Amino acid sequence: MNIHEYQGKEILKKYGVKVPEGRVAFTVEEAVKAAEELGTKVVVVKAQIHAGGRGKAGGVKVAKNMDEVRTYATDILGKVLVTHQTGPEGKEVKRLLIEQGCDIKKEYYIGVVVDRATDRVVLMGSEEGGMDIEEVAEKTPEKIFKEVVDPLVGLTPFQARRLAYSIKIPNELVNKAAKFMMSLYQAFVDKDCSIAEINPLVVTGDGEVMALDAKLNFDSNALYRHKDILELRDLDEEDEKEIEASKFDLSYIALDGNIGCMVNGAGLAMATMDIIKFYGGDPANFLDVGGGATEEKVTEAFKIILSDEKVKGIFINIFGGIMKCDIIASGVVAAAKQVKLDKPLVVRLEGTNVDLGKKILKESGLDIVAADSMADGAEKIVALVK
Amino acid sequence: MSILINKNTKVITQGITGATGLFHTRGAVEYGTNMVGGVTPGKGGTEVDGIPIFNTVVEAVEKTGANVSVVYVPPAFAADSIMEAVDAGLDLVICITEGIPVLDMVKVKRYMEGKKTRLIGPNCPGVITPGECKIGIMPGYIHLPGKVGIVSRSGTLTYEAVHQTSTRGIGQSTAVGIGGDPVNGTNFIEVLQLFNEDPNTEAVIMIGEIGGTAEEEAAEWIKANMKKPVVGFIGGQTAPPGKRMGHAGAIISGGKGTAAEKIAKLEECGVRVAKTPAVIGETLVELLKEKGMLESVLSK
Repeated sequence: MNIHEYQGKEILKKYGVKVPEGRVAFTVEEAVKAAEELGTKVVVVKAQIHAGGRGKAGGVKVAKNMDEVRTYATDILGKVLVTHQTGPEGKEVKRLLIEQGCDIKKEYYIGVVVDRATDRVVLMGSEEGGMDIEEVAEKTPEKIFKEVVDPLVGLTPFQARRLAYSIKIPNELVNKAAKFMMSLYQAFVDKDCSIAEINPLVVTGDGEVMALDAKLNFDSNALYRHKDILELRDLDEEDEKEIEASKFDLSYIALDGNIGCMVNGAGLAMATMDIIKFYGGDPANFLDVGGGATEEKVTEAFKIILSDEKVKGIFINIFGGIMKCDIIASGVVAAAKQVKLDKPLVVRLEGTNVDLGKKILKESGLDIVAADSMADGAEKIVALVK
Repeated sequence: MSILINKNTKVITQGITGATGLFHTRGAVEYGTNMVGGVTPGKGGTEVDGIPIFNTVVEAVEKTGANVSVVYVPPAFAADSIMEAVDAGLDLVICITEGIPVLDMVKVKRYMEGKKTRLIGPNCPGVITPGECKIGIMPGYIHLPGKVGIVSRSGTLTYEAVHQTSTRGIGQSTAVGIGGDPVNGTNFIEVLQLFNEDPNTEAVIMIGEIGGTAEEEAAEWIKANMKKPVVGFIGGQTAPPGKRMGHAGAIISGGKGTAAEKIAKLEECGVRVAKTPAVIGETLVELLKEKGMLESVLSK
């Protein structure tokens, strides 16, 4: 789960990570009021969306007086920002962070992630702050330093100091930077983050070490033990169909194509998208109904797929293990009756209770194209939506 | 022969009185798996279907001589259950549970260092040696005893591969689901190593997906060590970056972990990659024919 920058900074602040003073604003008036309260000569007006690259897209402006705050806030609020992380449709800005400006001497990068190669939490740093860190990793990997953390003792002060020295934090600020990293690590483990990224971390003219930006992502498997984080979920940032799906514990991701997919199992769901593409079609979604799906869940899944106006046809690909084919079939029949299905539907069933499932579909009187294999099904649905 | 489990394996279920645990324990018994006990704290001394239940894993092991456990415990408690099994000195723990917080698994992996227990999973379908022992949630009847080893990050895609081989008369030595989480117990290389050393495994199917670099590392290992032909498939060729495709580990982040990269690496290392998930079986047959091995791999 993602949260906004201002929310991330509020969390980090509680852990002792130094961040600039700031306020969230939902309207231009709130923005001006926030800037007045901050009372600094310069304030930064920052668009709050769940995507990086906001600066380049015109979502971050430095205001030197109240008129500028008003101008920038008016300009950015309601604007659709298109960045490399939003996709071509972009994201509408509904919140602003009004933050005091600071005297930046140098920018650095600090990130905490779970590293699959070591099965440990890793603290990463670079003196190339403010840049796209993936690009740094690609072009100058020698400028990225890592400290692998033993979960039994946590990040140790010597590791934090070593990283600070490696990324060339000025000597007199190494202890402050190390404290910053220790606090960041603690927030990461306490809140079950999957990513905690500070880009840039800055050293200021008055000798502070600060997080100028903050990106926190959380492990969705651990949200059950973080009610406070769950409250920060911003539904405006999510696809409506994805929200609907999550209510029924369905794993759904909207895509750009026109063939709706319903599959059991994440791997098979991905593979089904692949095979549709292979035969020249375009999947409209990733949808895993899971192993223990009920008839009701299948019906909801079907409705969600059909609520996507782009969908011209549906391909259901089921390899029943725990998921029984007759349950899928009953769910499909129930849903098709409720929503008046008027689009081509191809169904491939295999596995547990396959004969019973096929029988239910056949006797339903629905116009369903049966497929013998996933290749056969993919070919058929692609031909039908053309 | 097979890897990890066989007809002599003695299995206990952790979380045996839960709906999922009980359902699949019954499925295993039906298949012929030697289920010797179960663990549910607070229900020790009782039994289900004649299978004795214990309060602790260590007691279950003492009383039954079990050497393998399977975990169906809910995600919030699963990490603790795995560690309990490791503490009891089992050879193998197979964790089916989906949705364990990744930092819990980081601790589990640290706890397991220097201990003898191997972990498969979590978030996996389990392990099956056809005709001998089934531990997990896979449908048993699609399998056929034979000589092809299967290792996969995905459950249903494993069934697809099994089905495609069985229907062509090619059986499996052992099918192993290593799971779709970013931090898991056993990786591709470790399973490939076991298949490489298993005299009854003559070829291997490896099914990966987007996210991480485990497939690339496995490819390198295959190039350097594998004595047997390997067919590969990578799911998620059309997955958009930054989106988690169901499995916690299946996400392309920072331009890394794409299917294209993985496929290129596997091919470069001598793995025959199936173009679509529908031709995994076909690709294996072709490769075996080329090597003149098809006859010996076909199940009688």
